[in-house]
Amino acid sequence: MKKIMMVVLALILALSCFAVSLAEDLPVVKIGVFEPASGDSGAGGKQETLGIQYANIVQPTVEIGGTTYKVELVMADNGSSADKAPSAAQKLVSENVSVVLGSYGSGVSIAGSEYFKNANIPAIGLTCTNPQVTAGNSHYFRVCFLDPFQGTVLANYAFKELGAKTAYCLGEAGNDYDQGLITFFQQAFEGLGGTVIHDDFQNNNSDFTSFLSNAQMYGADLIFCPVSIAYSTQIVSQAASQGIAIPVLGGDTLDSNVVAAAAKGTSIDLIVTTFYQEGANKEFDDGFKAWLASDAEAMTNNGGNDMIAGVTCMGYDGYFAALKALQDAGSTDGAAVMAALPTVEIDGVSGHIAFDETGDAIRTSAFVKKVNNETGDWEFVAEQTVE
Amino acid sequence: MKKKSKVPALITWIIIAAVYAGVFAAEQVLPATSMLFTVLKKGATYALVAVSMNLLNGFTGIFSLGQAGFMLIGAYVYGIFTIPVADRPVVYQYYDGGVIQFALPVVLALALAGLAAAFFAFLIGLPVLRLKSDYLAIATLGFAEIIRVIVQWNPMGPVTNGSNMLRLFPNFNDFNIRNAQGEVTVYLSTLIPFLISGVCIGLIVLLLNSGYGRALKSIRDDEIAAEAMGINLAHHKRLAFCISSFFAGIGGAMLAMYQTTVQAKFFTTAMTYEILLIVVIGGVGSVTGSVFSSFLFVAASEWWLRFLDEKQMIGSFEVPLLRNGFRLVVFSVIIMVVVLFFRRGIMGTKELPDLFRKKRKEEAEK
Amino acid sequence: MWNTIFPYLLSGVSVGGQYALIAIGYTMVYGILRLINFAHGDVFMVAGIVMVYIAASGLPLWVCIPAVLLITAAVGFIIERVAYKPLRSAPRMSAMISAIGVSYTLQNLVLYITGGLNKQYPTIPGISNSIQIGGATTKVVTVITPVLVILLVAALVTLINKTKIGMAMRAVSKDFETAQLMGIKINSVISTTFVIGSFLAGVGSVLYFTNYPTVIQTSGAMPGLKAFVAAVFGGIGSIPGAVIGAFIIGIMENIIKGLDVILFKAGVIAKPLGLAIFSDAFTFALLIVILVVKPTGLFGEKTTDKV
Repeated sequence: MKKIMMVVLALILALSCFAVSLAEDLPVVKIGVFEPASGDSGAGGKQETLGIQYANIVQPTVEIGGTTYKVELVMADNGSSADKAPSAAQKLVSENVSVVLGSYGSGVSIAGSEYFKNANIPAIGLTCTNPQVTAGNSHYFRVCFLDPFQGTVLANYAFKELGAKTAYCLGEAGNDYDQGLITFFQQAFEGLGGTVIHDDFQNNNSDFTSFLSNAQMYGADLIFCPVSIAYSTQIVSQAASQGIAIPVLGGDTLDSNVVAAAAKGTSIDLIVTTFYQEGANKEFDDGFKAWLASDAEAMTNNGGNDMIAGVTCMGYDGYFAALKALQDAGSTDGAAVMAALPTVEIDGVSGHIAFDETGDAIRTSAFVKKVNNETGDWEFVAEQTVE
Repeated sequence: MKKKSKVPALITWIIIAAVYAGVFAAEQVLPATSMLFTVLKKGATYALVAVSMNLLNGFTGIFSLGQAGFMLIGAYVYGIFTIPVADRPVVYQYYDGGVIQFALPVVLALALAGLAAAFFAFLIGLPVLRLKSDYLAIATLGFAEIIRVIVQWNPMGPVTNGSNMLRLFPNFNDFNIRNAQGEVTVYLSTLIPFLISGVCIGLIVLLLNSGYGRALKSIRDDEIAAEAMGINLAHHKRLAFCISSFFAGIGGAMLAMYQTTVQAKFFTTAMTYEILLIVVIGGVGSVTGSVFSSFLFVAASEWWLRFLDEKQMIGSFEVPLLRNGFRLVVFSVIIMVVVLFFRRGIMGTKELPDLFRKKRKEEAEK
Repeated sequence: MWNTIFPYLLSGVSVGGQYALIAIGYTMVYGILRLINFAHGDVFMVAGIVMVYIAASGLPLWVCIPAVLLITAAVGFIIERVAYKPLRSAPRMSAMISAIGVSYTLQNLVLYITGGLNKQYPTIPGISNSIQIGGATTKVVTVITPVLVILLVAALVTLINKTKIGMAMRAVSKDFETAQLMGIKINSVISTTFVIGSFLAGVGSVLYFTNYPTVIQTSGAMPGLKAFVAAVFGGIGSIPGAVIGAFIIGIMENIIKGLDVILFKAGVIAKPLGLAIFSDAFTFALLIVILVVKPTGLFGEKTTDKV
């Protein structure tokens, strides 16, 4: 019996070596995908990863210094948590990736940052909007807008368009994204003459009824809760059952079909700012939807339907920015790619992307979207700019 | 009573020296990006924390579940006092740079981290140590939860940065010696955690072998008998609790250095459970066991078992079940098997020198 | 003033009732085995996940709910047989570590099955609807919970006081060894305890997740801990104590979440202090105080250590 086992094992080993050697026709360049696949931001991280995977299908090879390379995506799940991020980052580094994409969530990006820096590997943040991600970091770039901008857009919209005077802000304690966006919203909103009340809930909280009562008791005109998808769906559905009549406002994390589904069939007025409005680029929309229809796993990861989240589109654009950087660098070496990144410019589906001196994308506009309570779809409201 | 042979102790020292030399050599030779170093750094950190927990649970018989709370205190004290003044406005971005406008040297901050943890242990120990075994466990667990929230409270922000991350403090990589061009000439980023942890564990071992250590063990074996022999229970328990927390605080500071960021929300009960499981796997009542199992635990969870989380192809055959999270399932099953069937863990109550003693003697000791 | 506090009381009574159903399992198991069953909160979470998957298979709800309760009871039974029974003669700490191991295993298993994503709990017609009560809007389940809890507790107390198995339970919790000598089948008594405890946790999960309809692997941890605190608060081993403790903790927790508003409206403070974050910590502070001041809890029996 033991002998048979040994023979089988040896065969398996031999076969697997054979399989590897067959696949290596083209030289390979590795791109690290530093995204959460579990935890509070798991749902959003998966949608962002879908954008990267789809881009990889659209453009599986890249021309670097006259040779065609096959692009291989190396995934590492950072578990939405800053204490799991170090080993996930180290895993990417130890696999010698040339550039890293991600992450969804600012806290994990900051936590992984030091590891990429030490290994001299550049990272392109896709939807981590906190200023701290790139500030003082020569190796971190990003393709999305920043929280001071987004906070101002939201505050302007809330004060001028919705006519709100008192805003109830609810964030998760210890989430850099939530706390950052709320702070910048508060600054802008109070600057306009409004009042802000700020409450925090603990990680893993699921009872929001009392927080929603707080909003009512304070006589707030709107609830601003730029929290993870995991919490925002609960807030929306509990607000609905508590008969909350004031609008619920959110940042780019809330732009997800999962959150829209929670607001479907209720009377909750749900408004978000985001990077992309479905329909802006028909070719991308159709291609992506066709891919989802052909891949059941991808469809599940997108939350079960084919609505396109803003983060997916940022994943797609980030991938192409990385390819352009590899081309410009003419090398797969991390340091060379880092040197090439500041001058990279591409026309992505979310608009033109170029980096400023801190490595942030130069963006001046954001989309405001609103849920249609009957269909559960996102509807375009306005494109907001801030000077 | 026969005279103790010196050979086992000698072998032990040789092994320890070889480990340190090996770590130093490996760091100079292997690429710094290797997963090995992550495991070694985190392993060294967890080894200290596990030994400090073992001091309470294994040697004194106090079943405390407050480890994460004391680590949190250590990590925060270290972070708060070592962030360079120039970086404070960036870190404390919502609190105008915070109230503390100086930075301490690393060694001093480490000691302070330990002392702060020990101080809180003293305070919480006054009421809590009077409780019985499982009540004590749940009370210390509750304490860890409370401290986590206090740190996150917004009015504490100017000191603790509220619930936001502390970062940019010196981490393990800052121990590497660099030349003028900023290139690393001598790698020390793994050796230093080994040294810190080694010295601390050494101190704990010295304590355990002293009269105090024997008193603690007698409390574990039979509280009433120990008291009858004239051991001051309250005093000894408090002492053990404070010492254990002191080292847990230093361990927390090391964890901060390893992670390069600190945030209160990750010092959860789950972290305490993880350390408890390490202690159990190593053998409750064995310092060597705790050290071994820390490295094993970290290596298995961060490195060796990672392949279980990804699709694996053998030829064209896709191995079933493998996807994100499977690693943790396998891991939990292994832990349950140890807990149920190998209750003595890897080492039981034996230490490294015991392994080199002759069998005959071992039997005689029983 | 009343109008300000009322919504928080309402939330508190509802969640308190759900904690109570979990707390009964803790207190019964502790009463008999002197074991803090750390995995009990996770059994509660597993009940939630099972419901998600059974309902997704398209079975009607009147099949789903009993099926979930049966499966949960079975899970409790299996856990006891696999993880606690072999350790019956081992030191108490071993059993507790085993409980922590089971909790770790259940969470990781669910993480693996769900892929680490939140699962939406199915809506149960009738109790998921909103109703108006005393000026506040809430779900029907909020109102049903306390009533159901009282009915279940009455049934359970009757079972313990009037039936043969109840008598055996009382005997075992009084004195384990003597009960065994008197011919009581210890193992079946313990299994029954676990089955009842898990069954009630299952009921609790249906109510809880109808109110807060998202399930993830860590969903059971906090409610589990709080229910345990409730059991200690009420006096471990005492079922009415656990229920009253749970209601007090549920109410206090929600009052703390709204404390800023209440104090603000009463004119005590000029601006909010962010006290809501202490809602969980308060539970534990209460625990430490009660342990120090009156370790036997509100209704606990005084026990003496045997030398």
